[in-house]
Amino acid sequence: MREIDRRSKHSRRVFLKGAATAVPVVAVASSVAVSIEDAWADEASTLSPATMKTLLKVARDIYPHDVLGDSYYITAIKPWDGKAAKDPAVKSLINDGIARLDQNAHDRHKLAYAEVPWEADRVVLLKEIEQSDFFQKVRGDLVVSLYNQKEVWPRFGYEGSSAEHGGYINRGFADIDWLPKA
Amino acid sequence: MAKFDLNDSGVVVIVGSGAGGGTLGNELAQKGVKVVILEAGPRIENHDFVNDEWESFSQLAWTDARTTSGTWRVAKDFSGLPAWIVKAVGGSTTHWAGASLRFDEHEFKVKSAYGNIPGANLLDWPVTLAEMEPWYAKAENKMGVTRTNGIPGLPGNNNFKVMEAGAKKLGYKTVHTGNMAINSQPRDGRGACQQIGFCFQGCKSGAKWSTLYTEIPKGEATGNLEVRPGSMVIKIEHDAGGKVTGVVYADETGAMQRQKARIVAVAGNSIESPRLLLNSASTMFPDGLANSSGQVGRNYMRHMTGSVYAVFEKSVHMYRGTTMAGIIRDEATNNPKRGFVGGYEMETLSIGLPFMAAFLNPGAWGRSFTSALDGYPRMAGMWLVGEDMPQETNRITLDPVVKDKFGQPVASVHFDDHPNDVAMRAHAYKQGAAVYDAVGATVTYPTPPYPSTHNLGTNRMSEKPRDGVVNKFGQSHDVKNLFVSDGSQFTSGAACNPTLTIVALAIRQADYIAGAMQKKEI
Repeated sequence: MREIDRRSKHSRRVFLKGAATAVPVVAVASSVAVSIEDAWADEASTLSPATMKTLLKVARDIYPHDVLGDSYYITAIKPWDGKAAKDPAVKSLINDGIARLDQNAHDRHKLAYAEVPWEADRVVLLKEIEQSDFFQKVRGDLVVSLYNQKEVWPRFGYEGSSAEHGGYINRGFADIDWLPKA
Repeated sequence: MAKFDLNDSGVVVIVGSGAGGGTLGNELAQKGVKVVILEAGPRIENHDFVNDEWESFSQLAWTDARTTSGTWRVAKDFSGLPAWIVKAVGGSTTHWAGASLRFDEHEFKVKSAYGNIPGANLLDWPVTLAEMEPWYAKAENKMGVTRTNGIPGLPGNNNFKVMEAGAKKLGYKTVHTGNMAINSQPRDGRGACQQIGFCFQGCKSGAKWSTLYTEIPKGEATGNLEVRPGSMVIKIEHDAGGKVTGVVYADETGAMQRQKARIVAVAGNSIESPRLLLNSASTMFPDGLANSSGQVGRNYMRHMTGSVYAVFEKSVHMYRGTTMAGIIRDEATNNPKRGFVGGYEMETLSIGLPFMAAFLNPGAWGRSFTSALDGYPRMAGMWLVGEDMPQETNRITLDPVVKDKFGQPVASVHFDDHPNDVAMRAHAYKQGAAVYDAVGATVTYPTPPYPSTHNLGTNRMSEKPRDGVVNKFGQSHDVKNLFVSDGSQFTSGAACNPTLTIVALAIRQADYIAGAMQKKEI
């Protein structure tokens, strides 16, 4: 069978360049050692870097795929900053939602949500707010913004658009080779 | 190409250009009848279709406001999207999978075959399979259905091979790559299937039959058919004698136009068609046009549906190749010993990663959900589609609050499963999982129904005017020059996919309309 190359073509370097558009490449390179997260979260204009980083954690906890690095989740949640800038209602939806999540985390663990060390504990916190508008909106957005990234598809063995390659008629539409003989 | 005057009262106006409207338009045009098709959506040719699920959805899907109610899960998960159908020239024939099956004999007489089922508003069709057979034959020939007219079946893809191997192990007998209106070899000026795999996103190669690039250009070539895209019909008008005189529609610019007509045929799919009739209420017809029976909008059917996805140890790549070229027909018979009446088909189905994430278990999250998606390349899938019970309370009504941009009340879709639907779905899930278990599935996922693709029954055919909206030719019982030409005229839904029957009925209806016009009956 023709298998898909599932290795990441999404290099760390390209991501950093893309995320920090205004910053010269040398500057980015020298700051790599600091933290990959800081580079993107500090760019947010309306939501605070801490809020962006918590959103990232929330996104990972909602749809945990250990094969995916943070970059895909960052791409998925970054647009919330722009939406919050355009609409005060979105801004408070996110800020209030994160504040509540952090408050619950403090009550239970004396830590902010993003600092709670174990996924299982964070999932309990998410379960508590599962019916909230905040959670529903973030999850509903994420199910598209994460899985609709073309860069994500090969990681799941999905090849995307095929017409421009002549379809699969000569590319393995019927190449399964492990079935028992009928 | 023809261009008819708004005041030309000799034209037949058809609302909608899909399987019903597009076919009727061409058939009438071929017979020399002047036709204007008013299509609410834009004209998007097949080379502009995109192999990208969400982008294509934005390009083609009907996303105008609708509301929902009832206990069906779609009302909760996709409350504004009861149906996944198309707003574009070609209607849902751009999106359909191509499965083209004939009804069984008993499926035209369900009241006789099933008896009294509590809660079900069963009725025999005013037509029989014997009467429909010649029209089915014409439809199969027109559409180039595989395994008819000497057309070979499509080659089986990986997804089919998994299903076939499991089916044979279970002892199922009627298992093949389907009766598909998709060219397995070049035919009718269109090429053979390239196994592209995005059948639902519009067939870029044109191998799949769609009115967009078959019926409509053929009709236009006669000089008798004019298609006006971007034309949303608001109201059907009538005279003091109770005959329809034309329609009011919003044109591409949003300006209101009045097209006069000798005959109006409604083919806007089973949600918009009853909506239009209800929105056309007048002093003479206070409950809506053609609604003396009170059945307009009622008996809404959407098929018993569901999917089973199964994950295996090794790769399947189910998304490669024709989406629905695979079927098991053994469960399609009526065998009440299973605990329900009617039957169901098992058909191969694949959706891409983006739609799998959205539809596998809407609202789900966490590791059990992501574990399923991690299995995507090793997944096989099937769709379960069976006969659901018509119920008077499952219906399209006018929403009392929400209005569209032209100020017209939008359609509100209410649906509850009938106990027979629930029993059939449970059986189908179990059998679907057994097919995959037989060839080593490590896990199977019963997947809930998607927004409805098979919308049926809301202007149903009946022998007696009190039982339904239209007669055996789709002609309104109340208004002689008003016809219904889409799946809303179905008296019952049968187990199989509806398009072949819609096309066969449209060909037959064209024959009837042309004859009646010639005899000056209408």
